Amino acid sequence: MGLFDRHAGIVEAYRDVRTTGADPFQIRMDRVLSPTEAIIDGRRTLLVGTNNYFGLTYDPACMEAAIEAIRAEGTGTTGSRIANGSYGQHVALEQEIAAFYGKKHCMVFTTGYQANLGVISTLVGQGDLLLIDADSHASIYDACKQTQAEVVRFKHNDPASLDARLRRLADRPGNRLVVLEGIYSMLGDSAPLKEFIDVCKKYGAYVLVDEAHSLGALGANGRGLAEEAGVLDDVHFVVGTFSKTLGAIGGYCVSNDPDFDVLRVVTRAYMFTASLPTSIVASVRAALKVVQARPELRTRLWDNVRTLYDGLAAQGFTLGPMPGPVVGVHLPDRATTIGFWRAMLDAGVYVNVAVPPATPNGVSLLRCSLSAAHTPEQLTHMIDVMTGIGRQMGVLPAGPRLKVVAQHG
Amino acid sequence: MNPAFGSHAADPKPGTRGLILRTAHNLAIDTATLAQVDAEQTSRGEVMAEIVRHLTPFNTSDVRITGATVISKDLSIDSLAIMDMMLDLEDSYDISIPLNVVAEIHTVDELADTILRLRAERQG
Ligand SMILES: Cc1ncc(COP(=O)(O)O)c(C=O)c1O
Repeated sequence: MGLFDRHAGIVEAYRDVRTTGADPFQIRMDRVLSPTEAIIDGRRTLLVGTNNYFGLTYDPACMEAAIEAIRAEGTGTTGSRIANGSYGQHVALEQEIAAFYGKKHCMVFTTGYQANLGVISTLVGQGDLLLIDADSHASIYDACKQTQAEVVRFKHNDPASLDARLRRLADRPGNRLVVLEGIYSMLGDSAPLKEFIDVCKKYGAYVLVDEAHSLGALGANGRGLAEEAGVLDDVHFVVGTFSKTLGAIGGYCVSNDPDFDVLRVVTRAYMFTASLPTSIVASVRAALKVVQARPELRTRLWDNVRTLYDGLAAQGFTLGPMPGPVVGVHLPDRATTIGFWRAMLDAGVYVNVAVPPATPNGVSLLRCSLSAAHTPEQLTHMIDVMTGIGRQMGVLPAGPRLKVVAQHG
Repeated sequence: MNPAFGSHAADPKPGTRGLILRTAHNLAIDTATLAQVDAEQTSRGEVMAEIVRHLTPFNTSDVRITGATVISKDLSIDSLAIMDMMLDLEDSYDISIPLNVVAEIHTVDELADTILRLRAERQG
């Protein structure tokens, strides 16, 4: 048996995908023009699948900060902070993120994936219990493989399911850590955090919330779901990423735990990989300032959410359960989804394909993510494109529907 | 109004999505007093029947599901659907099957044995 034989099933599924003429998992952007446009296959294409929630990848202040940092401190750090030491910029960024959340400590990682992997797998160990939502991100599942703690899943966004599991485990010794997400990356729904926190308090469980997709988008100050739900004080660990709203790359974890900093010398995903270049750190610091100084970006993002979500719903598309910066459009099966995706690309609109096994409950989705940088015209155009394809493919009823006038409060 | 708060108003019952309808069987074992009775009566045959009931929708062949059926191979079920079925079985039998144990279960027999073992541990 060859090394690659175990992947035969995936290879086969992948071959199906590729028969559509373009491989959704290997899209090449010949040139990116702005947070919302790129040249793909020689065509100017509208991007609605980039997680660029505030459109900060081209923010002048962020770009200038990065360029200046490269001039001053070079292109890379060439090692981990444990081996090579920290730059002043790393430490300043950590202080600024901690202050943003009103927490005492912050650790910055090279990616959000590594932040989840490192923090979760290190916080719990032999004899502890790790409880995760069934629809958790891959980085959380991978952390489960790296820890000696016993891992138990509960039903997605279901506090009663968590309660039942904590109750069954009640007489077991060890710490309990519950991992939740601010906005789930595929369907765009949020955890009922207040209810989850009540359950966690009842059983003395620690809570970690991954705010990867909710930073900037949720909460009066953009701190995420924990702020919006008014429970930031009850969340022991917030994990997040710089790769979405902040328009760069990297991850972080904040906490008030007095011993938090010990993680720096026991977390392998922090210790054994190179630290972020200071250009990235400088752009992230600038982006965090933008998030705090320009709440109108959050307003604009949500205006765009309403436009797309209400617009697609009015045309009869089946969408994820709640409107948000991630809009999942349900389609009947994998083949329809990939065909639909391809037709959209041909019409100059790029979204993500999400098909099993990357999706919960085996659903097939076109995953759209919105940006404050999208114009209403771009989104209206996208709705028109999707409606046309939807009718053509028989996903939507053929005739035009009565226009539903959405009320905006 | 903060648009962020507005977003949640659209969801009538946050947290209820994904809950399966409770069957009479589930209700019975959710009740504390009955749980004891049910526990004592859990037989291998009943557990097998319950597993087969969960798996039947995924059986696309004419071959009957038996103890030797390899769940991920002989049935048209993906790994996520298997894990979701486990969640339902956990609730039916008031046990928790840890993720690393789930990874070791391949056949219907192994699943039944695991459920019976965890069930016995809970009582004992
Ligand atoms: C929920 C969630 N957590 C963590 C990550 C990882 O973030 P990063 O891209 O910074 O590695 C992602 C994005 O991929 C995500 O969707």
